[in-house]
Amino acid sequence: MGKLSLIIKREYLAKVKNKSFIIMTFLSPVLMVGMVALVLYLAMLNGSDKRVITVLNESSFYTDDFGKMEDVSVVKLKNLTLEQAKDSTEQLGYYGLVHVPNASTLEEATNGSYFYSKESPTDGFLNELEDVFQYRLKQKRLESLGVSEDQYAAISKNFSIHTATFQGKENLKGLNELNAIIGGGFGYLIMMFIIIYGSFVMRSVIEEKTSRVIEVIISSVKPFQLMMGKIIGTSLAGVTQFIIWVVSGSILFLVVFLILDLDMEALESAGSGLPQAQAMNVASSGMEENIQQYAEMFLQIPWLSLFSFFLVYFILGYLIYSSIYAAIGAAVDNETDTQQFMLPVISPLMLAIYVGFISVFSNPHGPVAVGFSLFPLTSPIVMLMRLSSGVGEGGVPVWQLVVSIALLIVTFLSIVWLAAKIYRIGILMYGKKPSYRDLYKWLKY
Amino acid sequence: MSTILAAKGVSKKFGDHTALNNVSLEIPKNCIYGLLGPNGAGKTTLIRIINQITYPDTGAVFFDGKPLKPEHIATIGYLPEERGLYKSMKVGEQALYLAQLKGLSKAEATKRLKYWFDRLDIGDWWNKKVQELSKGMAQKIQFVVTVLHQPKLLIFDEPFSGFDPINANIIKDEILHLKDEGASIIFSTHRMESVEELCEYIALIHQSEKILDGKLSDIKKEYKNNIFNVGLQVSEQNDILKNLEEKHKIWTPTYNKQDEQLEFKIQLPSNDTGALLGYLSEKGKVNHFVETIPSANDIFIQTVKSKTK
Repeated sequence: MGKLSLIIKREYLAKVKNKSFIIMTFLSPVLMVGMVALVLYLAMLNGSDKRVITVLNESSFYTDDFGKMEDVSVVKLKNLTLEQAKDSTEQLGYYGLVHVPNASTLEEATNGSYFYSKESPTDGFLNELEDVFQYRLKQKRLESLGVSEDQYAAISKNFSIHTATFQGKENLKGLNELNAIIGGGFGYLIMMFIIIYGSFVMRSVIEEKTSRVIEVIISSVKPFQLMMGKIIGTSLAGVTQFIIWVVSGSILFLVVFLILDLDMEALESAGSGLPQAQAMNVASSGMEENIQQYAEMFLQIPWLSLFSFFLVYFILGYLIYSSIYAAIGAAVDNETDTQQFMLPVISPLMLAIYVGFISVFSNPHGPVAVGFSLFPLTSPIVMLMRLSSGVGEGGVPVWQLVVSIALLIVTFLSIVWLAAKIYRIGILMYGKKPSYRDLYKWLKY
Repeated sequence: MSTILAAKGVSKKFGDHTALNNVSLEIPKNCIYGLLGPNGAGKTTLIRIINQITYPDTGAVFFDGKPLKPEHIATIGYLPEERGLYKSMKVGEQALYLAQLKGLSKAEATKRLKYWFDRLDIGDWWNKKVQELSKGMAQKIQFVVTVLHQPKLLIFDEPFSGFDPINANIIKDEILHLKDEGASIIFSTHRMESVEELCEYIALIHQSEKILDGKLSDIKKEYKNNIFNVGLQVSEQNDILKNLEEKHKIWTPTYNKQDEQLEFKIQLPSNDTGALLGYLSEKGKVNHFVETIPSANDIFIQTVKSKTK
């Protein structure tokens, strides 16, 4: 076994010392976190960028109502004709003009109202604008039924239902979605790792073949040792990269969150000078509560078991696929010849991703999801997507986990056995682009 | 004479293709054994069987009298014809890795590598990457790696390819030196002049079968055709050739009038040269009379042609 560890060491170092590997390993988390931070920042920027609209109100209704709209600033226009108002709004570059005509009743005024803008307005904005009108209309109708303005305001207060598990644990809404997103992320990560590291193995086999090192080495070690050493060494490099990503990614996210948090406080204190300070404070404390809830939700996800199962499924799935990749690498002379063999390898992975995103999201423990999470060529991805909801009660039943891992191990052993046969013959064959029939023949040599 | 390696009735098929058909060989200890044959004859398959890269379908191989086993790998050194190194690895690292795969400890491998690198005057290559080396330089590293673990049996497949004449000579001297130190060497090549120079024994493989083997000098004797090169000083040539051509086969007769020198090749029915010499001495002065010995090249071509199916 001394030789196997020598090969593993060489393959590992050859991968880890590679410049592009080092760059990828340390740059990716920075890029990822940077992207997320950028998106968050842009969202904040967009959010704080209030739309300005003008209001030409010729009626006696809606005097202060438009000013209450969130995210919208209002400029009131007076003593202008509609045409003048349109012109000046356009010249000032504002988002649009709300025109409420002069009318004797609320209904008339409302029905005659128009919103003029350069481009068609966004749904979000329109909803908000319509809410303003609707609020008054409802109020008016209710008033006629004897409900006062204050009473109506009290009724309209929002309500959200509390949810809990049967064990009495407080549940949070959206946990399922969050679980699915995180599970999907992990499943996707596994697919990427399998494809990336599988092709590393393939390229390394092809390199040995084209440089003819294989001829020198093969007299010292068994082809099987070489293949396994290569697969294990490369997978260790993958695990190294994953651990570096997890550690540095967490640190970076922490840093970014701290910076964003500080930003929020800065925003708050800046806002305190304004007259709506109180209202804003209420809003932002609600937001903080929300963030806290989401943070709790985040902590409810079984991270440790997710990471451990990620490693288990990554390693097993990777071992299966990379032995196939190794056999392909051994069969061909250069990378362009690998195309014909790649599709059958990649398609189960793609299938797993699609099935995962479609059926695991909607029903994580339904028959389709269960089936694909047991089938060994798709289970590493689909099972991991399901696992974010935990193991046992409310999550993946233990027997399914055991069966899927057992099936993976059995598949791994038989695929490695087949791949080794192709590998053994393939590495010493040059010059001919093999067909599937050739590969079948090699199995029988 | 004891043998380092013996193949007994070795056959190997790849699908429908027979790579080796019932080949038996005995390679004596401490000699250089030429393994010859046209391209695709089955030499590489035989060498791979000796290295246990593939296994024979039938027949057996014996190493030093015992059936060939995986542990013998450490006592065989193989320099393949198609050979290479990891391009992005450093020379020293790579040599160490390959030596350790042959079972040497790291310390021992380092010590021996230093010795060989000094011996071949390539000590300053240790930290270079292989891709910076020329082809000949890389070949030297491969040679060192092949012999580093002091194998009892060395297999060199076209060891001189890629070398300039000076370095080819250095490697040739090293091979002879290794033989003097007790190694047995299998030498596979198409370059017949180096066979002539180095090999004591040869085997010729053609179309998956061994068609000839034995001591090179014995084979040469066998392949002598009683052809002689004759140089005769005479004033008149015509009737001599006419007389001789009645009984014998004659090639390339030339006559130089100024020197009165007649030269030709003649084949006799047996090794008995008395009658011819007597006849020639009567006619003039015999300047030279040499038996032509076939070269390895002649033997190779002649045998392969006659045995081609």
